[in-house]
Amino acid sequence: MNRLFEIIRRDLRLALRQGSDSVMVVTFFVLTVILFPFGIGPEANILERVSPGVLWVTALLASMLSLDRLFQADYEDGSLELLALTPTALEVLVIGKVAAHWLTTGLPLMVAAPVLAVLLHMNADGFLALLATMLIGTPILSLIGAMGAALVLGARRGGVLLSLLVLPLYIPVLIFGVGAIDAAIQGLETGAQLLLMGGILLAALPLAPLAAAAAVRQARE
Amino acid sequence: MVIYYPYRAQGRSRDAPAVFPKSCFPLARAVVLLWCRAMTNGMSSHTFTGEKLVCIRGERVVFSGLGFHLAAGEALLLLGPNGSGKSSLLRLMAGLLKPASGRLAWGGDPVADDREAHAARVHYVGHHDAIKPVLSVFENLRFWARLHDPASGAGLARAARDRMGLARLADVPGKLLSAGQKRRLNLARLLAAPATLWLLDEPSVALDRQSVKVLEAVIAEHRAAGGMVALSTHADVDLPGARELHLDHFAVAPEAAMGVWG
Repeated sequence: MNRLFEIIRRDLRLALRQGSDSVMVVTFFVLTVILFPFGIGPEANILERVSPGVLWVTALLASMLSLDRLFQADYEDGSLELLALTPTALEVLVIGKVAAHWLTTGLPLMVAAPVLAVLLHMNADGFLALLATMLIGTPILSLIGAMGAALVLGARRGGVLLSLLVLPLYIPVLIFGVGAIDAAIQGLETGAQLLLMGGILLAALPLAPLAAAAAVRQARE
Repeated sequence: MVIYYPYRAQGRSRDAPAVFPKSCFPLARAVVLLWCRAMTNGMSSHTFTGEKLVCIRGERVVFSGLGFHLAAGEALLLLGPNGSGKSSLLRLMAGLLKPASGRLAWGGDPVADDREAHAARVHYVGHHDAIKPVLSVFENLRFWARLHDPASGAGLARAARDRMGLARLADVPGKLLSAGQKRRLNLARLLAAPATLWLLDEPSVALDRQSVKVLEAVIAEHRAAGGMVALSTHADVDLPGARELHLDHFAVAPEAAMGVWG
């Protein structure tokens, strides 16, 4: 358990000192969302209609930007070998790295999303659902992404390969995330979608670290 | 490091002026014994052995039928030309690679049965120094020490840092270190969190002569305290009384390899 916190602390410290990754992710998110009013036009009703989808799709893409560094940096400087030789399960360390990744990318995205929702004229009824789906959804993105990031270790042009691997797996999160916000805007129940997302999170929580750790073991051979 | 054996000192301490009442002795003895066992866990009488090890990298048999024996206080010097499998053998010993066949055992128990217990008694120093460019020297060292043993104190890490001549560089970020300084930082891990078995893959690369002397002294102290060392090198590292293992003796000729597979 101590080791879990140790690795979260190190990754947070690295992210804060390097700074670029988190800032880049949020900046990408903001800029891309701002592009939509230019592309689609400023009509409030159209923007309002597409706002849940736009926010979620751009959040998916933004969270993917930082994924290829998740294990790659540790892989290149030999840290991953030493992590694998730590007297604890590699799965625990993967959970630590995923938690740090979520804190430095998922959480800032969640904070930025309501501000951008205002920009897209999203109905105020959808805000709570937007925050709830982001809270449940972004950890899933980090977990599934970790699986992909571990699989492409050592591959050339891993970043492109990574998006091909990971994006199809993000589709359920996108469907239920947007569905919940749409339902909330129309004044319907959002419980079902949130529960389904919660179910995906609970399934990914043990399974993704197992798969990612297996892929890391494969990569170091 | 000095290991105190309480049972040896027992006779004398009974005659010594009684600081504690005599009734305390059984309890104190049990506590000291437990402490000693915890401190010397795996250090005292265990052996690390390999039998009939085969290593295959890609499609090539690097070595086969390799065996070694390491007891407490011993050192194993791996020799052989490039590509003869020195690094592969060290990674195999560490548990980073799985042998294609053969057996690695610690005191008779197969290493593969309990990977975490094996990881707890191993320090591996490979070709990469695993140093984060934005963390300071001391932060890098402290992270690895605490990851290896969460109970390891800052005092030990500080002593390790000073021993490796990094005291002045403690707050310097990793990106400003030279290759030799990085290597010294990597070697300081050995001292910052204790482990019985040190696996060193060409540890003297990039080190200046004085640092090699320090490394030799550190290894000698580790062996004197009952530790084990397996080391590969092309340079001169003085390991008094080390066993030598010539890896080219275990190389498989291409025809013979065909026989194995054919």
